[in-house]
Amino acid sequence: MIREITLGQYYQADSVIHRMDPRTKIVGTIAFIVSLFLVKNIAGYAMAAVFLASVILISKVPFRFMVKGMKAVVFLLLITVVFNMFLTPGEVLVSFWKFKITKEGLRQAVFMALRLSFLIIGSSLMTLTTTPNNLTDGLEKLLKPLKVLRVPVHEIAMIMSIALRFIPILLDETDKIMKAQLARGADFESGNLIKKAKNMVPILVPLFISAFRRANDLAMAMEARCYRGGEHRTKMKPLQYRRRDFAAYMTLAAFVAAVVLTRKIILPF
Amino acid sequence: MSIILDHVSHAYETGTAMQVKALDDISIVIPDGQFIGLIGHTGSGKSTLVQHLNGLLAPTSGSIYYDGRDIHDDDYPKKELRSKVGLVFQYPEHQLFEVDVFKDVCFGPKNLGLPSKEIELRAYEALKLVGIEDDYFYQSPFDLSGGQKRRVAIAGVLAMKPQVLILDEPTAGLDPKGRDEILDQIASLKEKTGITVILVSHSMEDVAEYVERLIVMNRGRVLYDDTPTAVFAHYAELEKIGLAAPQVTYVMDGLTKAGFAVRTDVTTISEARDGILRAMQDTTG
Amino acid sequence: MDMIKADRLAFEYIRRDEEGNVEGITRAVDGVDLDIAKGEFIAILGHNGSGKSTLAKHMNAILYPTEGTVYVDGKNTAEEQYLWEIRQNAGMVFQNPDNQIIGQIVEEDVGFGPENMGIPTKEIWERVEESLKAVGMYEYRKSSPNKLSGGQKQRVSIAGVIAMHPQCIILDEPTAMLDPSGRKEVLRAVRALNDVEKITVILITHYMEEVIHADRVIVMDKGRIEMQGTPREIFSEVERLKELRLDVPQVTMLAYELQKKGLPLPNGILTIEELVEGITELYNKSRGQDCTVT
Repeated sequence: MIREITLGQYYQADSVIHRMDPRTKIVGTIAFIVSLFLVKNIAGYAMAAVFLASVILISKVPFRFMVKGMKAVVFLLLITVVFNMFLTPGEVLVSFWKFKITKEGLRQAVFMALRLSFLIIGSSLMTLTTTPNNLTDGLEKLLKPLKVLRVPVHEIAMIMSIALRFIPILLDETDKIMKAQLARGADFESGNLIKKAKNMVPILVPLFISAFRRANDLAMAMEARCYRGGEHRTKMKPLQYRRRDFAAYMTLAAFVAAVVLTRKIILPF
Repeated sequence: MSIILDHVSHAYETGTAMQVKALDDISIVIPDGQFIGLIGHTGSGKSTLVQHLNGLLAPTSGSIYYDGRDIHDDDYPKKELRSKVGLVFQYPEHQLFEVDVFKDVCFGPKNLGLPSKEIELRAYEALKLVGIEDDYFYQSPFDLSGGQKRRVAIAGVLAMKPQVLILDEPTAGLDPKGRDEILDQIASLKEKTGITVILVSHSMEDVAEYVERLIVMNRGRVLYDDTPTAVFAHYAELEKIGLAAPQVTYVMDGLTKAGFAVRTDVTTISEARDGILRAMQDTTG
Repeated sequence: MDMIKADRLAFEYIRRDEEGNVEGITRAVDGVDLDIAKGEFIAILGHNGSGKSTLAKHMNAILYPTEGTVYVDGKNTAEEQYLWEIRQNAGMVFQNPDNQIIGQIVEEDVGFGPENMGIPTKEIWERVEESLKAVGMYEYRKSSPNKLSGGQKQRVSIAGVIAMHPQCIILDEPTAMLDPSGRKEVLRAVRALNDVEKITVILITHYMEEVIHADRVIVMDKGRIEMQGTPREIFSEVERLKELRLDVPQVTMLAYELQKKGLPLPNGILTIEELVEGITELYNKSRGQDCTVT
């Protein structure tokens, strides 16, 4: 159940997207997300959908992995949709009791749902096709200019990569702890919110203790393998832009331009 | 109070290409008061199997009956089942969370909604049963040694007064003395309470001396289900699936091949010793 | 020059209660003298809490002695200038495979050490390849560590250490969390390192069957070295080992029990074959001399 969250899970495959420079993918994802907020009408969403679908196709990652990532945020998505649907003023379509669904509300809700789904699928795609180490390398290199401002870029990147590596392990562990407490008659479902929160204590305490222990062990293991921060470090897989990256940047630019253009199109919805 | 598994199968990731059959058509009966060893290497399905016994996992097909009733009937009280079929997981660190040992052991009976007197009485009895002295009652469970943590974890389940106690790898990570101590403690607890005990392990040597019945699992199926002696007679097959019979079984086999008239179905050191001595006397005397 | 030399090594740590007040001082290692020659296979035995792990952590400068000195390849671990050289030269593998794998892909993890050492990219790849081949994990180089079995993960950890080209590798209970087949895998890999690559191995364990191939066994208790000798010498002293919360392999125990009943078997039998041979010999002898065994 809990293990199905895909965010931060690398899917191994051999595709152009996988082989692409992580910087390209990071910049691409950001550009994609920004463009989602530029979209004004259904033509823009269609454009984004086509773009996303083609990238997924090229990436060879099965679509169900993206959907798996969606499951975790389905609740958030529903709330947004409901709020938008009922709380946007405008031309009333349906009304019952105190609730009114307006045309603008419906439009807003659908767009919001699309935007959020695309956003999540887009970012899952990045983590599914890029190993955390690679992703970190990319971030580190992209953010290198910030080093001048004394931002510990390497450290931040390392922390992120470790977090990503341990998410699946800790999720797995949470599952085991839950089972161990269920076997002792624990109840995680009934009661009100406060009681439910209180019932989480038997899960959280062992989980935190284990996480700290792991952190301790890992720090020791890293030191034992001569880790001493970013200085003197070489790369096993140094980043290098290749032709495919330039091609990707061109495609990306074209996509963003196209999205901007769709804003000019006037559609009935 | 028996547990009956009737053609139980369990598959992970059903409906996808990655479907894994963790249990494949298992039918076994676990009568009252038996001391059972459940053996298999990692991934053989033994952990999945025990999680079916207390309803933590539901079978994809087949049924499980506890005390004559199907535990997956809608009106079956799941919580009660979990108190009747106690399961202690491999790492005590996964369940200890309270500020002191005594409170931690109270967690189980408290969940059953018992009066506080009864809860404390049960916690006390359970801690005594696993051999934890009063001095430790108000210590943090995190400051205990590995063997003591394991005892407290077992007490935490025992305090619910289960009819069946399942222990998943109770000796993992303990040193030899600690291992013997915990196994002896389990055996004595079994003796005192008369409950059914199931030891899940991948170590044959550990359990052979204690249990009366061995169930060997491989690839989600029950490969052997018999007395330890009868199971270890298949040591060649056991080796093929990554398990091994106790070393003494191999010694007796070696002696037979060298022409000695010894029994090869021994499983413990004392049996082997007596067998060898007899063979030496017979042939020399 | 010795690979590792400890001279009256002692290590103390201060226990504190929840308020931070000092509760007491624990002397985890207490006056250990140790010489480990290059190419040796040393096993360190001891029950939980005997100080064996603390001792091990001194061998690659994770801990520094409170008293005494530790030298790795002649270099004092307490001198900061040698720190990285020592850590490269004496690699360490820990108990929990999940908590020491940093990379999300096997090959990236093995490359982590060489990256830290500043090895040029091309050479990192060569080292990763040879290290993974040495532990038989090359075909898994593109896999995620989460998909591997415990034994495989531990072999990856070993590869990660040997990619740093150490002269010596210290394994701190590498098999404690593994099942029997995983234990065998790891042990086979460790023995190959010692036999083929001539790397000095220090194996810390409490599984008796794992130490019978060592050149020398060191038994620790209460922070001190209690016994030292070949596996045969050590396992001859069954009672002593039991006192130290340890055990002997089942065959050794059986031979010992037979000895107690009067069979004049040799001391310290370690393998099934040795015991069968010993009994056969006794039998033939007794038939020849026609004496009875009591």
